[in-house]
Amino acid sequence: MEAWITREPLDASTVLSRVGAPEDGAVLVFLGTVRNENEGRPVSGMRYEAYEAMAGRVLAAIAAEAAARIGSDRIAVAHRVGELAVGEVSVAIAVSSPHRAEAFDGCRYIIEEVKRRLPVWKEEHYTDGSSAWLDGATPPTPEAAHE
Amino acid sequence: MRVKVLFFAHYRDLVGTDGLEVELPAGSTAAMLVDRLRAGGGRFARLPEAPIVAINLEYAPLGTLLSDGDEVALIPPVAGG
Repeated sequence: MEAWITREPLDASTVLSRVGAPEDGAVLVFLGTVRNENEGRPVSGMRYEAYEAMAGRVLAAIAAEAAARIGSDRIAVAHRVGELAVGEVSVAIAVSSPHRAEAFDGCRYIIEEVKRRLPVWKEEHYTDGSSAWLDGATPPTPEAAHE
Repeated sequence: MRVKVLFFAHYRDLVGTDGLEVELPAGSTAAMLVDRLRAGGGRFARLPEAPIVAINLEYAPLGTLLSDGDEVALIPPVAGG
């Protein structure tokens, strides 16, 4: 199981090479990429910022939860920070497991939790030269979790 | 006691700094720290009354008691992925 925050470009092979085992019959890769538009506005790129010390820990926790959930520790997830152009990969996830259902479930769990609680923010750059921080999700706090 | 406060993304733009140190009375909570920051006025008054906080790299309730040397991050709504 590997989880990390990086300034280096990501692609499928970055995470794919870190999963897989003889007992696995399913290998799944998910890539999140920068889109060229958001809500009708043309986008030229995106700047991702992280609270890096915390984000590394949260990403590792999410990967560990996914591993426990699906019973496979063949999981690699990386999130990029810095300036990204349209089409570049912002998040890469690979999961392998004996059967496909677990791989899909683990991958889906990871991306949904990343969006819900990873301390990462994105500033979208528009083709007209302006920029804006995107609205995000309010991460659950321990207090809220007990309600 | 002194705590280190960090601001990210939208909150950093609001206050104009990525971090500062704050002197607080013993027994202060994260909520009291936020009140203290907001009461400082100017750009700090723009901070939300009840932001999400992380204390020493973990999400924590605003009622958490702070200790000397804690790192408290004010976390804007997150947008990873």
